[in-house]
This record gives sequence, structure tokens and C-alpha cells, in this order.
Amino acid sequence: MTQRTEDHPRISSPRHQAHPIHQTDQTSQTHHPSQTHHPSQTRLLPPPDQPIIDLDAHLAWFGPLPYRGTPATLIDEVKAAGLTGRGGAAFPVHRKLSAVLASAARNKAARNGRARPIVVGNAAEGEPASAKDKSLLLLAPHLVLDGLQLAAQAVGATEAVLYVGMEPASADWLDGLIGQRQATGLDRAPVRLVAAPPRFIAGQESALVSRISGGPALPMFTPPRVFERGVDGRPTLVQNVETLAHLAQIARYGAAWFRAVGTPDEPGTAIWTLRQADGRVEITEAALGTPVTRLLDLRDTQAVLVGGYHGAWLPAATAAELSLTNAALRPHGAAVGAGVLAALPASRCGLAETARIVRYLALESAGQCGPCRNGLPRIAAALADLATVTPDRPLTDPFIIDDLARWSGLVQRRGACAHPDGTVRLVASALRTFSGEVDAHLLGRCTAASGEPFLPVGPGPVTEKDWR
Amino acid sequence: MPATSTANEPAAKATPASTRLRVNPIACSGHGVCAELLPELISLDEWGYPVIADAPVPVSLLKQARRTVTDCPALALTLARRCLPSQAAADR
Repeated sequence: MTQRTEDHPRISSPRHQAHPIHQTDQTSQTHHPSQTHHPSQTRLLPPPDQPIIDLDAHLAWFGPLPYRGTPATLIDEVKAAGLTGRGGAAFPVHRKLSAVLASAARNKAARNGRARPIVVGNAAEGEPASAKDKSLLLLAPHLVLDGLQLAAQAVGATEAVLYVGMEPASADWLDGLIGQRQATGLDRAPVRLVAAPPRFIAGQESALVSRISGGPALPMFTPPRVFERGVDGRPTLVQNVETLAHLAQIARYGAAWFRAVGTPDEPGTAIWTLRQADGRVEITEAALGTPVTRLLDLRDTQAVLVGGYHGAWLPAATAAELSLTNAALRPHGAAVGAGVLAALPASRCGLAETARIVRYLALESAGQCGPCRNGLPRIAAALADLATVTPDRPLTDPFIIDDLARWSGLVQRRGACAHPDGTVRLVASALRTFSGEVDAHLLGRCTAASGEPFLPVGPGPVTEKDWR
Repeated sequence: MPATSTANEPAAKATPASTRLRVNPIACSGHGVCAELLPELISLDEWGYPVIADAPVPVSLLKQARRTVTDCPALALTLARRCLPSQAAADR
């Protein structure tokens, strides 16, 4: 374990990602409302190389923590702002807040002892290609902790949890900040830090609830949904940490301010993890609706992975025409997701990259549901077969494309969580986007110049103890 | 689970038109009993796990469906009275 100081937070994860370079987005129109004297063009991320760790510095930079008095007063503001979840599903935040509040009220009316709701900030970030949640926590941790307090107040929760997938040293450092806030009396709801295991699906809502309740981080069958019965059987609000940071800023500056950037239907900014074709990894904040080409350099790029490993590949020429909203991406089978954008260099084989990712995803299956347990390894093996053909070693399965389509259909909507659905979405997009490469491989050839892996994957095989 | 329109279903007094069979995929261990008892609505995939018809249970099959639910060795089948809320919220 390395020695750490508050002055030098380091981007770190169990998978040892490349060090993301924090970059201010030059294209954003954002101006910080409370501060006119600093040049920041972003709302959540502090200026490059200036993490805001000190509590007083944080309050001076972003403004005081605006508790709203009674529960629920923030919900209307969040609804007017149109804030959606930044963890991947883009679910309207006010609907989750209202659902937890209503569920707690029903429990209270029924004199159910488990009336008190609980709020969870989700920074499991099990996606190997994403680093934005860890970066936000290391660069502006108090903004997330502000959001956690305000969300707790909005639903009447007296307890909160921060669920983080970070190295123990980083988690200890965060725990110190939490203790500091409690000592100063800033926080009204005590916050407990819970470590998320480095599993792809550890942040799935029901898996998160299971882990925080003391079990393994495995998805559970729903219903009940977590807003009805979540952590310890209580109504539970789960929000991604970036979402909580936006919520804290909406509480400070209001819905109109939030809507000043982005599009009318998808307002505000998002934090993006950019993986450039030259291998650089960058964390940047930019408005929804920003053109892909403003964030990614598409020279020497054949395709763009949008949304991460449950996302979709798009041909570079298609991506170059698109803006980053779900409305623009949906017709192409893609979504903003958790804000991952990766440019695949022209030198690589898209099928080989996808096969490697899908093998990883198959290994990350919890193995609880028959279709996922049986289907994902077959899909992964077929893709590996297709990816590694040579003139001397042709396909072992001549009907490989038909098999992939059939198995994909057989796993969809048949799991307790969306892991199989997300995995086959990626596979389908690869077969579409790399159709030329598929044709070459069916003839035993690969057009790629380099076989060197590009996108990161986790360490692979998962055993029983790895879910805690 | 996506909510599917049931507008074309004939109105049934005894049972809501939206009564559906659902399998808990975590509990299901692929015995296959359900597909034998209710082949009209349940088939097995190539690994032996049930594929349930994406349609409400017709009144004529309701009794048979109830028996299938109680006879599942893993108690993995349920008859849900109404469409379940969308699972879209933050899966991951």
C-alpha cells in the first residue's frame, strides 16, 4: 500500500488504468455562476491540475451547501432542471427521488419499522474503459459528498453510503474527508464508505444493494425494486456520483442555470472518459449535444466505441457526424451510457478487440442465470474463433454468424440484470460496423496491421470470493 | 421487462388480461418440468432453460398455468397480475 497525502490524489483503480489527463473542454459555453474571477469552463471539474480537496477551499469555490429545509423541496428543482442519471441508464433523477419518498411514506403509514430511506452514491465504476467517477472523486470529492447530503435530505434519509471501486488507499483518503465533514458539522446524515469489488456488474443496483447489506455484489431478482426494498430492506436511492455532483450544483444555482447548456431534452454537462486513437486517456467535462469531433480526434480512426462495453461501435465516418445526445445516438443503436468514447486506431482489428472484450464480459457474468451462463461463453468462443482465423486455420464453425445471432436472441431479456443484453448489443454493433472485416475473416484473412490489444479489460476468471 | 400492449386481448372478467408468467432466472435450474406441463406457453432453449411466450396467459390456460407454477421444483415461476415496472432504471 502506498503512502498518500491529501495534496496528491492519484487516479487509481484495481485495474491500473493509464493516468487520465484532466482536460478542460474548450467548447463548453459554461460559466460558473458564483465565481467570475476564475477561467473554468466546466461545472464539476476544477481547473486542470488543481483538485479541490480542502473543505474551505471547496466551499469558497463552489459556494455554501444549500440545505433546503424540508424534504422534497429539491425534487421540484431537479425535475425542472431535467437532470438524468449519469451512470448509464439516463433515468430521470426526480422520478427516483419521488419513488423513494413515496415508498418511505407508505412504509410509515403501514407502521413498517423500515420506513427510513437510505441514499447510496454509486462509484463502483466496474467498466474498465471508464475513469470519470474515480476522477471526479479525486478532483472534487466534496461536490459528490454535498450531493449525497442534499439527496438524503430530499428523500428524508438519515443515513448515506458511498460505494466506491477504488484502491484501499484512495478509499481511506476519502473516508478521511468524510470524517472531516462530520467533525465540522456540515453533514447531517452520517456517511459510510463501502468498497465495491472490481467486478463489471458490481454497480448494478441490486448487486450494490446486496453488497452494502453485507452479501456478495451479485444482482438479485426484481421485484422488489431497490426504491421499495433495498439496503437492509429499506427504500433505497441509488445515484451515480456524477449525478449527485450535478444535483448539488442544481441546488446551488437552480434549474435555469443547469439548462443553460446542453439541449432542451438533454440539458447540462457530462463527464466523459476519452480514449484517443494514440492511446491517450482524458477526462473532460462537456455539454450534452457536443459533437463527437470536438472531443475525439478521429484521424487514423476506423471506429468509435460509444458508451462503453455495454455500448456500441460506430464507423468513424458515422460518429464524425453525430452529437452526443441519446436522441442523436439512438437511431444508430448507441447511447451516451456512462460517457465512454473510445477511438479505435485504423491499425487494429475491430473483431479482435470485440472478441477480447466479450471474453472478459463472459468471465464477468455472475453465472446465476442459465441463459447468460451458457450463452455468453459460447458467444465469446465463437467471436474468438472468428477473430483469430488464418488461411491455415479456417473457422471451426461454418455457421458462426447464424449461431451468434441465435445465441444473442436467446440471452436477451432473460437475465436478472441487463449484462447479457448489453453484451450482445456490443456484439451486434461489431458485426455491423466491422462487416468488411467479418467478410475478410470468413475467408480466413485479417486486414489489421497490429495485433496489439487496445482497450483495457479486467484480470479475468472470477471466483466466489471476488464478489465481495 | 418491456410492457406490451394488451389492447387486443379479449376482456376477461375472472382474470385481468395482463396476467403473465414470469420466471426467476436466478432460481431456475432448468428442470424443464414447466415446458412439459404447459407447452402452449413454454418451450426450452438449447440449454434446457424455459423460454416463455411474450403474451398474457389466456383464460383457457389459467388453471394449467397455476399448476405449472406450483409444480416447478425450483419454485422459479410466478403468475404476475399486472405488467411489471420497466427495468430501465440504472441497470448498472
